[in-house]
Order: sequence, then structure tokens, then C-alpha cells
Amino acid sequence: MDTPVIRNLGYDGMLVTFGDTLNDAANRAALAFHKAVSDAQLDGVTEASTSLVSAYVRFDPLVVPHAQMKKALSTILATRDWYAAPPPEGRNLWRIPAVFGGELGPQLAEASALAGMTETEAIAALTHQPVRVQTIGFAPGMPYLGELPENWDIPRQSKLTAEVPQGGLCVAIRQLVLFPNRTPTGWRHIAQTRVRLFQPDADMPFLLKPGDEVIFDPVSTAELAALADNPKGGAVQEALP
Amino acid sequence: MSRSLCVKRSAPGLTVQDLGRRGYLSYGVSQGGAADPLALAEGAALLGQEPDSAAIEMASVGGVFEATEDLRIALTGAPMQCAVDGERLRWNASHLLPAGATLTIGSAKAGNFGYLSLGGGLLLPEIMGAQSAHIAAGISGAIETGTALPIGPDPRSQVGMTLDPAPRFEGGVVRVVPSLQTDLFESVEIARFEATEFRRDVRSNRMGAKLTFDGHGFASEAGLTILSEVIVPGDIQITGDGTPFVLMSECQTVGGYPRIGSVLPSDLPRVAQATASAPLRFKFVTLETAIAIETRATQAREALPKSLMPLLRDPRNMRDLLAYQLISGAVSGE
Repeated sequence: MDTPVIRNLGYDGMLVTFGDTLNDAANRAALAFHKAVSDAQLDGVTEASTSLVSAYVRFDPLVVPHAQMKKALSTILATRDWYAAPPPEGRNLWRIPAVFGGELGPQLAEASALAGMTETEAIAALTHQPVRVQTIGFAPGMPYLGELPENWDIPRQSKLTAEVPQGGLCVAIRQLVLFPNRTPTGWRHIAQTRVRLFQPDADMPFLLKPGDEVIFDPVSTAELAALADNPKGGAVQEALP
Repeated sequence: MSRSLCVKRSAPGLTVQDLGRRGYLSYGVSQGGAADPLALAEGAALLGQEPDSAAIEMASVGGVFEATEDLRIALTGAPMQCAVDGERLRWNASHLLPAGATLTIGSAKAGNFGYLSLGGGLLLPEIMGAQSAHIAAGISGAIETGTALPIGPDPRSQVGMTLDPAPRFEGGVVRVVPSLQTDLFESVEIARFEATEFRRDVRSNRMGAKLTFDGHGFASEAGLTILSEVIVPGDIQITGDGTPFVLMSECQTVGGYPRIGSVLPSDLPRVAQATASAPLRFKFVTLETAIAIETRATQAREALPKSLMPLLRDPRNMRDLLAYQLISGAVSGE
């Protein structure tokens, strides 16, 4: 597939895809293009979002025909080299306390072995530098974080884990995911946080947004337990330049 | 006591629904809203209200309700057993629910999702721009027994109107357009998909409809390696074992399984309303045909307020015929 490419998605959507596989440049391109489309306030557009490497636009084809929407998106696409786009503005760096391994991260050993590391090496590798929120999706406020080094290109499990708790940190295919609610998953559960990623009644219902960066701070089980009443589960933010 | 509808008994699956919320897709929250938006529009038309007014959605079974003041109501969607103080009420119609009377709504006779719309509309506080409960996202929840639902002031008084609902409660043909990954399925698999009779599995919900069928699963070239991509209501996802799922209003926002096609918005209520005994078939149409279908559906929806007819009393539906003065008027002038 030659990218970028504009394709129909369902009856009333178009998807602008910047890569066949996940990579940082395609992810930045999708986020920047999504912002440009949102800022352009195109006629007929009812919703816009991003996935890992694509920007999605939902519109009313009875207001703006498909051909006209495709032309409008093509025009924006031609305005610049989207792969060279910087990450979005207004990003935050979050530090999120997490307990790695043990009962709260029961599959750390297994995941570390698949990545060719000891548990200690794995914790160091996963916490010494930030990971970026590549997209939010699947469930409300749920981040896909990456990209991890190549040795973390480990498959999802063929059998699902019956339940990972709210705030569970899981790994597969060079990414981390952090679950807003308890859920069954094929990703391996390596650590536990206390963050609440989605609070519908709050002024700001979502903790993270695409482009934010996250550093997981390894803490003890006792330190995490002490954060039980902390509304953000001990997460602290600073603005990124 | 303020103007409200008291829920004396609530069946599981009773929720407040409007047309859902927009603008949160980037944050992983799908639009949600009524499983059968046409039924919401029909209820609003019967009451002369805005088509996005919130109503009570009832999944297969209703409940027992009582109003603090005289209240206009409309009943649409899956037809359910329904009575006020024991007197049967016609479905697809507007009625007066007198203050203190008991409205009882039982099981669906066809379809899955019934709607109780209220004159003046529900006035719950909006969360993230809508009153809709989004069960999958954890926004609000089911309506519990004992809840008093606040109702807005009602400037209108007309009741006793009915309409002919578009047929959608017995299964039938569902039109689909090709989408992103349709090409990952060989034409023989597409043909088999169109030729297969499906049933909506009873474990289906507001997130998705699982389809059961005879024969082996549908295969694609995608395997399990495709990158997760944006997914929308109507998309027909084929899971690892070849089972189709039609995504509904509360679906997830990205999905990693290939999609064979996408159901047209105006045919999605047919999927939502199909019971396990209502066979469904899928038919691919071109985008041009889809536009024509959606244009007609939009026109029909906008014409709903003009399609109302007075509710004539049908003697077959009157519970106690002798209680009515059938010859009243014959002796007028006395």
C-alpha cells in the first residue's frame, strides 16, 4: 500500500492512512493531519479521530458527497510533508507510579523472557525513558504507548487472560497498554498502577491525550497501596516544551 | 413533587437514550445512543418534539411506571405488552398517562428494543454533552427500580395519534457497503456471506450483535496480523474463528479483526431489532445505491411528523366492550 492513502471507511467515513505498519513518523503524521482537519472545520464533518497511523473523518455524505470530501482531504494532504510534522502542541509528561512484577504484575517474568531479558533488566528498559501516547482508543481514555525497542516485539497470548484489573499495564508488539477498566485481554500483564484514565463526571474526563509522554516510576506494593485515595493514583504532570 | 416519572419496577436493560455524544472518539468513547434511533424519531414525532429528545430504552422487557402529573407518552420500537391500569394500550401511538395511574410494560412481542417517550422530554443532567447512558464506557448506568426521572414542561396536549413504523422487527435483508478490508476476503467468501442466513445471538448487546449461522467460519487473508484500525457502528468484524459481529452504537473505537463490510445506518435498526427467530441476510450495494437508500430514509424520517394518523379504536383491542357506550349519541337531544 502506497501511503498516504485516502480510503472510505463504512458509509460515512474516510480514513487517511500514513503507514502500513506502526512507526513514529506515521503516528506523528496522523496526529498532525487530524489537527489540521479539525482546525479546517470542513463542511459536513461530524467527528474526527486518530488511530495508530491514520486520521479518521466522519461526515454526512448527504451534505458533502464522498468525492467532494476526498478532494477536501487531498487538498489538506498536499499542503506539507506530514511525516516531518512535530508531535502535537500542549503535550504533557506524566509520571505514573507502578508496581512491576510479583502479584501485581504476574506476567512480567514471562514477558521479560520473551524479550530476552531478566526481570530487572526489563523494568529498567521499560522505565528509563518516556513512552509516547500513540493513540487513545478501544476503551475510554485507554492509551497505546510506544514504541518499545525491537526485542519487545512479542506476540499477544493466544489465550486471553480472564481479567486484568483497572490500571493494569500490559505489553505486546512493541507497545504498552494501560486499561481504564478491568478487562479480559491477550496482552501480558506486567505491572499495576492506580491511575484512573476516565472519569465521566470530571471537568476533564480523560487523563491522557495523544502525544503525551509517560514515564512509569517503579514503586513498592506498599507505596502503591498508599495512593489508593489519590484521585490521580499518584500521577503527576509537567508541560512538555 | 416535581413533574416526574417514577419507575416502580425496572427490568434489566432499561436505560435513558438520546442520539449519543459526539466529539469523544479521539478519547476512545463511541457515540452510543439509542440502539434503534428511528424508534426515537418516531416517538418524538408522535409527541411533536425534537427528534433527538431522550427517551427510555427497554431491552426486551419494560417495567412499571407512575407519573406525578398527567403525562403524554409515546410507545415505539419493539412492540411490547402494555397497559394503563389494566387497559391495553396500542403500540406506535401517543397516549395520556393520568397522574397516579399505573403504566405496565411487559415483554416484547417482536424485536428487542422498545421506547417510552415522554411529553416534555427527560430532563436528566447531561454528562459529556448527552443524557444517554453508555454502558460499555461506564457513563451512567441502567435505570433502577425506585428512580424518579425528571420530566420537562410540556407545551403540547395532543394524544391519540399513531403511525405505521418502517418494518424492521422480523429480520430481513440488510444492505452493506464494502469497506477498508472487504478486499481481504475472496469473492467466493463474499458470495457465501451474502447467501448465508444469520441469526442475532441472544448474547448480543448495545456494543455488538453476534451472528450465528450454519457452516464453517468466514476466512480472510488477514490472519491475525493487521494493524488495529478505526472501527464504527455498522462494521461487520470477522473474529479469529470466522464469526461475524455487527458493531452497534456502543462499540469500541478501534478493532484488530478484519471487516467484511459495513451496514448502512438506516438498516442498522433491523440488526438491533432482530430476535433469535428473525433471519437476517446481507446484501452488498454500491456507494451510489447506498446514498440513494440513505436519502430516502432521511426523507422518510423527516416526514414522520406529517405521517401521523388519529388512533381509531379497534373493537378487537377493547378489553371490555360492554363497558363502552357504543350507542351514545343515538339519544342525544333528550
